[in-house]
Amino acid sequence: MSVIAQNLIWGVRRRTIVNDVSLTVAEGETLGLIGPNGSGKSSLLRLLAGLKSPGSGRVEILGQDIARVSRRALARQVAFVQQNATTDTNMSVRDVVRLGRTPHRSPLTGWTMADEAAVSTALEQVDMAGLRGQAWQTLSGGERQRVHIARALAQSPRVMFLDEPTNHLDIHHQIEILRMVRRLDLTSIVALHDLNLAAMFCDRIVVLQGGRVVACGVPAEVLTRSLLRDVFRVEAEVTPGPYPGQPHIRFMAA
Amino acid sequence: MDDEQQGGAGRLALFLGLVLILLAVAVAFAAAIGDYRIGMGTVFLAVTNGLGLTSAEIPPIEQSVVWDLRLSRALVAALAGAGLAICGAILQALLRNALAEPFVLGISAGASTGAVAVIVLGIGAGSLTLSMGAFAGAFAAFALVAMLSNGATSGPNHTILAGVAASQLFNALTSSIVTTSGNAQQARDVMFWLLGSFGGVRWPDFQLLVLVVSAGLALCLFMARSLDAFTFGDEDAAALGVPVGRTRLILFAATALMTATIVSMVGTIGFVGLVVPHAARYVVGPLHLRLLPACAAVGALFLVLADIASRVVAHQQTIPIGVVTALVGVPFFAIILYRARPQT
Ligand SMILES: Nc1ncnc2c1ncn2[C@@H]1O[C@H](COP(=O)(O)OP(=O)(O)OP(=O)(O)O)[C@@H](O)[C@H]1O
Ligand SMILES: [Mg+2]
Repeated sequence: MSVIAQNLIWGVRRRTIVNDVSLTVAEGETLGLIGPNGSGKSSLLRLLAGLKSPGSGRVEILGQDIARVSRRALARQVAFVQQNATTDTNMSVRDVVRLGRTPHRSPLTGWTMADEAAVSTALEQVDMAGLRGQAWQTLSGGERQRVHIARALAQSPRVMFLDEPTNHLDIHHQIEILRMVRRLDLTSIVALHDLNLAAMFCDRIVVLQGGRVVACGVPAEVLTRSLLRDVFRVEAEVTPGPYPGQPHIRFMAA
Repeated sequence: MDDEQQGGAGRLALFLGLVLILLAVAVAFAAAIGDYRIGMGTVFLAVTNGLGLTSAEIPPIEQSVVWDLRLSRALVAALAGAGLAICGAILQALLRNALAEPFVLGISAGASTGAVAVIVLGIGAGSLTLSMGAFAGAFAAFALVAMLSNGATSGPNHTILAGVAASQLFNALTSSIVTTSGNAQQARDVMFWLLGSFGGVRWPDFQLLVLVVSAGLALCLFMARSLDAFTFGDEDAAALGVPVGRTRLILFAATALMTATIVSMVGTIGFVGLVVPHAARYVVGPLHLRLLPACAAVGALFLVLADIASRVVAHQQTIPIGVVTALVGVPFFAIILYRARPQT
């Protein structure tokens, strides 16, 4: 198993935001994390990536308890794409993606061929090589998002956490990015709002509601009419999609 | 290394070379200019004499003025400028705030309180105790800020607010000490010190400062890549493998140490730490491995020039250096702001 979470609990003051979540993700698997706004998806991702420490419970990544690994050692294996990251610094796209190499470089080593190769490949994978010289601040929302994904890829991770990586992307890039994430030889955990995309690209889906896991399994098992009604409060028609195991959801007005 | 990066490195080398040449010229001028003017040739000989390279025959008074008074003063000015500019760049990166500068953590206010307590309350006597008072005050303020912001782990805005609170507190203390127990002459001394002054600095100050500033620069360069990782915020830095709390604390402590040392020697000199990083970023870009050396060089040049200006503008008088840095710095800053405005 690549990622194992056991009984994670996290909250602020009286409120429990992530409530007793356990899950496992196999090597190379793409796990979708869905749930309504405020259900705790971003919080859970931060706990899994070690950016927050749980009140109780533990997370193991690639066989190591992340509470006992140094930040740098963890960052060489785990990348995190934030829901929205911004800066006032006037940096070029290339320099932003180069930041992804931070955990692999020591203060005294120079920029190596391996670093350069990782950065170029990452930029090509997200279709941003043409804009490598542009200032990050002048990019469109979707372009920024792709640059952040490129930065995570440049980190050469074995496990990647993505928090709504497609919410600013056009439909072509939504599909391209998720297809790439799935095809890459890495374990990924992706928070998504688009349920059809989740059905198309995730091997398994975990559904969160109020900080608890209410369903977990392959898309066809999880995405049912009754679950959509109970958790997301929508009426929908779920039909088998063009490919086996990928249900198609059609939402209905009232 | 790809050519883009080599281009950047070449540009930095060219820029640094240029600024350092200008700095050498400026230091030479600083040694020559003053109420007692000394020719450049004599300045050169006095310096080589002082270094023990020559033993040329020049009037002992000129030897002494150049070597003992003016050269040490100019070099202290250069180091103070370098140190303040480095601190400004570090704090702007860590606090992710374009307005951050060395005094944002309340350090100058604390130093002032310490110094004023020594001047006015007469705790001990002599310049050594004044420096120690300033230094103690600066670190008291820093400790307060670190405490209020949970050991610097609770985020940039929180730290800035803690700095504002500490500044207010220590400024109030300073004012109350001055108003309750000061006489007119002491008030003038205090004022002069609050606005910065290079009068009275000597070689021992230089020796201490060169140690502190070069150690500070070396440490910051060592951590330059971690500083870059703060570009998108603390959490993002953590995701890139930077131990955020520890890094912030180390770098805050380093800036506090540099600033406190500088303030205890020459008082509070505003604007250098704010303006110079912006100017340097404009030329060499935002990555700290390049930005920090550029800041050091430009800050040094800026303060040496400001010191010359403070001595030549008013005849037979010295304007406080802080006044000059503001008068020169503001228009310069306006140009940068104008040139760097977003293209709409
Ligand atoms: N530091 C915090 N302090 C207080 N409340 C918090 C904190 N972090 C998260 N929350 C609350 O916890 C809940 C879960 O937040 P989280 O960001 O994990 O939701 P999410 O599932 O990612 O939502 P979205 O779909 O809108 O991105 C929200 O109601 C939020 O208000
Ligand atoms: Mg979220």
